[in-house]
Amino acid sequence: MEKQSFKQWFCSRKVQRRLVIFTFLFIPLVLLLMFTYIPFGKMIQFSFYDMKYLGARTFVGMKNYAEVFERKEIFGSLFNSLYYMGGGVVQLALALFFATMMVFKVKGESVFKASLFFPYLICGIAVGFIFKFFYARGAVLDTILQMFGMNADNIPLWLQDQSINNVSLAATSVWRYTGQNVILFLGAMMSVDTDLYEAASLDGANRWQQFRYIILPSIKSIIVLNIILCVSGCLSAFEPPYVITNGTMGTGTYFVIMNRIAHENQKVGLASAMAIVLLILIILCTIGQKLFFKYVFDDGSSDESKAAVRKRKKAEKARKAMQAKGGAVS
Amino acid sequence: MREKKRVSSYVFSVIKYVSLILASVVSLVPVCVCILTAFKTNEEYASTSVLDMPATFAYFENFKIAFEKANMMRGFANTAIVLVVVLTVSVFTGSMLAYVINRFRFPGRGMIENLFLFASLLPGIAMQVTIYQIMYSLGLINHLYGYMIVLMGTDIISIYIFLQFFENLPVSLDESAIMDGCTYFGVFFKILFPLLKPAIMTSLVLKGVSVYNEYYSSNLYLQLPELKTISTALYTFTGPYGNQYNYICSGVIITIIPILVFFLVFQKQVYSGMANGAVKG
Repeated sequence: MEKQSFKQWFCSRKVQRRLVIFTFLFIPLVLLLMFTYIPFGKMIQFSFYDMKYLGARTFVGMKNYAEVFERKEIFGSLFNSLYYMGGGVVQLALALFFATMMVFKVKGESVFKASLFFPYLICGIAVGFIFKFFYARGAVLDTILQMFGMNADNIPLWLQDQSINNVSLAATSVWRYTGQNVILFLGAMMSVDTDLYEAASLDGANRWQQFRYIILPSIKSIIVLNIILCVSGCLSAFEPPYVITNGTMGTGTYFVIMNRIAHENQKVGLASAMAIVLLILIILCTIGQKLFFKYVFDDGSSDESKAAVRKRKKAEKARKAMQAKGGAVS
Repeated sequence: MREKKRVSSYVFSVIKYVSLILASVVSLVPVCVCILTAFKTNEEYASTSVLDMPATFAYFENFKIAFEKANMMRGFANTAIVLVVVLTVSVFTGSMLAYVINRFRFPGRGMIENLFLFASLLPGIAMQVTIYQIMYSLGLINHLYGYMIVLMGTDIISIYIFLQFFENLPVSLDESAIMDGCTYFGVFFKILFPLLKPAIMTSLVLKGVSVYNEYYSSNLYLQLPELKTISTALYTFTGPYGNQYNYICSGVIITIIPILVFFLVFQKQVYSGMANGAVKG
């Protein structure tokens, strides 16, 4: 009898509901706390201490933060991010270009797509070795340049020469991620009804007009998203210098320096303060950009801003005019 | 008019193909040179230009040395274990979380969703400073399971994918199943989970690639030689082989082969996985 009622109780919707919510949420929430919010809280706490992973800690107030801004090799390393931002702009532009090329019919599309995309799948360490070899003195890049008649004496040391090594590193990141961006853009472009392209080209729209008035509006939101991701990604650039030069010879980005301070010098407090400063910077940048794009496009959720509506109307007018002209010619 | 159009479309085709061919060459050259170098003997490597063909493509000595010296067999085994466990667990935890957040209204739901959203803003490397301290105090360093827990814990992407997918699954499915006497657990496992297949594929592709290629946490949390994963096994070439790129390149090729095969077989799923995974925002 009692068992029965327990079973009934257990099976009642209300209890079952609570049970399902609790069991399904438990593991993800524990993991989220353990690997995001507890570390986050500790990071804030540690940033006020002078401490190592083990041993005594002393409270130092804002000293760590002051050090972040005062030590040139720390705050100055943020300027290295500018190289990666430059790379990011090149990467987005190239990806947009190649994706557009592939939207129009291309023979052997799958081969081009695969070869552009493949670098994305290679492990960071392997990419590091590939490019150490690629840039080494007298190795791949030097040989190719000499093949095209460049004098060996004029070729810089790609990874040592401080005037160029950050550009070399940012280029590896462009090499690795352009193909992935192509796939993203292509996916968004393909979701447009392909009849539109045909209709437009029958109406006499040239490639540029097709790009400007059909393709671009369809992928505006994904471009905006990628610009936002690009800026925060560049501020936190880590992999290329970490695996290729280990941050030596002026290639240390902010996180490479932070990583060294945390794990080699064991200055956990200072590293935590660095992390907090960059987090605040990234969040400010993200919010700033979101507001900016919202202002430009009126409404972040809609793909069409007032400016776009105006332009589309203009395009329609132009198309009508062209049709009229075409009619007159025939 | 028509003539002019033909010329311009011809010019466009030329630009299109030249640029695509050029880009493909740039993408592939760094890897292809590695392949050439991997088949060269020491003398050949020292005497020939890097762009020269090797004498034979049947010289596997470098691969053998790389495979043994870096203990890559062990690396592959460890990576395989980690892949299976982490992927299985994160598919279940991700889809269950998405199910609860999408289908139930309960106090704290909005907050939980926002906690996950905000977590995706925090760059992973920054958190590692203190995650290391937590891992250390829990005694999880130098255990394969500790490393797996780290990889499961820092997994926001697949949660996003599942959340998005649930938006498009009609609630009427759940309702009719419940009318038929199905429990909530039954609804999830019997009705909804099989329908999640596309989302599961997407999250397997994205998470699988990132786990296979992961080296930062592996380097930090698995320092014993027998615990090395495939990427950190490759990293052991940094010291002893300094400039012996014929060995290093064969190590690189060995790590690339599995993912290349995977990519060639599942090309379609990889592309759609990439495209779907990007829509988070």
